[in-house]
Amino acid sequence: MSDTEKNIDKISGVATTGHEWDGIRELDNPMPRWWVWTFYATIIWSIGYTVAYPAWPLISSATSGLLGYSSRQELAATLDRVAADQADLRAAVGEKPLEEILADETLRRFAASAGAAAFNVNCSQCHGSGAEGSAGYPNLNDDDWLWGGDIEAIYQTIAHGVRFTGDAETRFSEMPPFGDLLSAQETQQIAAYVASLTGDPSDDASATAGASLFADNCAACHGEDGTGDQTFGAPNLADAIWFYGATEADIATQIRKPRHGVMPGWQARLGKTTVKQLSVYVHSLGGAE
Amino acid sequence: MLNQTEIERLEAEAVNSAKVRQPLYAPRKKIFPKRAVGRFRSFKWLVMIITLGIYYLTPWIRWDRGPYAPDQAVLVDLANRRFYLFFIEIWPQEFFYVAGLLVMAGIGLFLITSTVGRAWCGYTCPQTVWVDLFLVVERAIEGDRNARIKLDTAPWSLDKVLKRVLKHSIWLVIGVATGGAWIFYFADAPTLFVDLFTGQAAPVAYMTVAVLTATTYVFGGMMREQVCTYMCPWPRIQAAMLDENSLTVTYNDWRGEPRSRHAKKALAAGATVGDCVDCNACVAVCPMGIDIRDGQQLECITCALCIDACDAVMDKLGRERGLISYATLSDYNANMALATAGGTQAIDPARVRRDGGRLSDKVTEFHWQKIFRPRTFVYFAAFSLAGLVMLYSLLTRDRLEVNVLHDRNPQFVMLSDGAIRNGYTVKLLNMVPEPRIITLSLEGLPGATMHAVGVDLPEGRSLDVALDPDRLKELRIFVRQPADYVEEQDNRFTFVVEDKASSENAAYRAKFMTPEDGRR
Repeated sequence: MSDTEKNIDKISGVATTGHEWDGIRELDNPMPRWWVWTFYATIIWSIGYTVAYPAWPLISSATSGLLGYSSRQELAATLDRVAADQADLRAAVGEKPLEEILADETLRRFAASAGAAAFNVNCSQCHGSGAEGSAGYPNLNDDDWLWGGDIEAIYQTIAHGVRFTGDAETRFSEMPPFGDLLSAQETQQIAAYVASLTGDPSDDASATAGASLFADNCAACHGEDGTGDQTFGAPNLADAIWFYGATEADIATQIRKPRHGVMPGWQARLGKTTVKQLSVYVHSLGGAE
Repeated sequence: MLNQTEIERLEAEAVNSAKVRQPLYAPRKKIFPKRAVGRFRSFKWLVMIITLGIYYLTPWIRWDRGPYAPDQAVLVDLANRRFYLFFIEIWPQEFFYVAGLLVMAGIGLFLITSTVGRAWCGYTCPQTVWVDLFLVVERAIEGDRNARIKLDTAPWSLDKVLKRVLKHSIWLVIGVATGGAWIFYFADAPTLFVDLFTGQAAPVAYMTVAVLTATTYVFGGMMREQVCTYMCPWPRIQAAMLDENSLTVTYNDWRGEPRSRHAKKALAAGATVGDCVDCNACVAVCPMGIDIRDGQQLECITCALCIDACDAVMDKLGRERGLISYATLSDYNANMALATAGGTQAIDPARVRRDGGRLSDKVTEFHWQKIFRPRTFVYFAAFSLAGLVMLYSLLTRDRLEVNVLHDRNPQFVMLSDGAIRNGYTVKLLNMVPEPRIITLSLEGLPGATMHAVGVDLPEGRSLDVALDPDRLKELRIFVRQPADYVEEQDNRFTFVVEDKASSENAAYRAKFMTPEDGRR
């Protein structure tokens, strides 16, 4: 009597695997034919697949596959295709004047989103990812502009920068350090006057005294009423937005020894089209004129 | 001299000897179902016509929705992400209605299964319906069971080749028609029909048709019962749905056994004889190729064709129908107890019969009231609840919606006059296929005004926006609150949209951020 005969299940007449667990034995039914064929087909497929596509690891690389596929190439091809799809829009942005781009809904949207991408790469380091700025770096969302907030002025600023030595057309102005010319008391009086333009000064008497000092020393650039002048980047001192702090001490510090920010000109690096896109994006932030 | 008896014969056998060798895989045993005639077969023809009719004709039903929406009654518009079902239009965010339908279908299946068993498998499952359709073709070309067996075993001849080619060609045509009908649910059917034949349709349409042609042909023509037995999980699940009061196709061995091919001879010899004459009619008609007399089994799809076959035989013999019948386990057990005298003796059909040979009054038959039992009530309640909740939410759902996203960065902007400005992305959903003009206004936030970027309207507390039919409109809204009003306060306010023509409205509670928020 052989083992095989012992392992036949009496009820079903099918052979069992011969193992037994607590009296339970497993029937050894053959596989359905379609299942076996499918299994073989997947094996054949996998062999073909590993030949056609990158698969087998080698010591420092892997087999490249007969089809020459690579995910990097696929990405490059996708990017090329996107660039080709956008070529017309990009060309239009490059050619048309900025006012026309703003008037054209499609172009404006395209330029603003392309500009947003360029902004995140090139500008967000100083101006912040939401263009919200920080001490010394202007907030581009508000309606207070040092050098002008219309689209042409914004373009000019981005293209050539501010106090940027690498560009002859850069915007330039410098406030002299009044610490050398005025006494500490005079400086304090001017600061009190400036503070009084938008709020209550610490001392009304110094503010009154500061008014004439301001007219003599500051009004030439900042204007009689302190509203500034965008042609040479003189900030508006009669509004709620302060670049280097709003307290009288902050103002006095700035009068004694002014700090000046520098922004590089971007046209040479990014090209005219991208700078135009950046301008449209900044213009779209809500404070532009 | 050689003395054979000195050498002991060892108990050994080659493991691969022909006697014990097993095939590595099981070939499909061919099934040649015989044509059945009877009540259930007629009912199945009817179900087949209705289900196939629904499948093939639904995409061609038109439904007027006005000039701004498609006029196809049932349409899954993937490109525009809209799902149309007669008077219902579903946007992607309302897809839970489809989930609800699936919940209802699931519970409905439980309900049906617990009452009438695997009715889904036997009558309405696409696999069953299409196999039936393929069998109609097979029978028309190759003849009924015996002719088909003969043809199958016959050597290849011109006649056999012609018949086979014709059969497979028609199967393929059915497959193409099946795949073809499917894609009409996803695009305007008349347009796509023309495009399909002029080569203008999208490649994905042809691919879908090809894939569904292949599956229909392979599942309906080749694999048939193997799909149910090996591939489908439902037979395994359904066993858990059945209880002793569920109707299943049952061989009533309490009146059929002992079966006998030669009843008269056996009776003359004084043996007990049941109603079953062992004619195998029930096996011959079975599309699953099983013998119902072996009892309830996984492979049985309860198509009830064996009932038809057996009833015809019983009619011929002048005996009562129902040797194979829809019966519940509890009825069966009661009758079995009757026939075996409480399980103490072998089955004796005499115990279930009166003197005249008719079935006794003591035989338990199915009563329709058995359908109403706690289990089915629970299923029905769950089914109805899901349906009513969906219906209620469908009837009261908004067709005008507003969603507001506050700018993350910057959260607020101080303007030169000290006013605070917040930016919002406001999405207005016009979910009806008609253009309309809505009014967007601010509620709360004293002193505040707003304007929409790119919309040439003066700054104010409300503005009129034209919405395209069945579209979402996205607006950039700047809300500005003058410095005098910016205080520590509850800075919540509401964007209200209203369609003044239909007085539909929607609102979104939003927050206005100020430097005070940053300090807290």
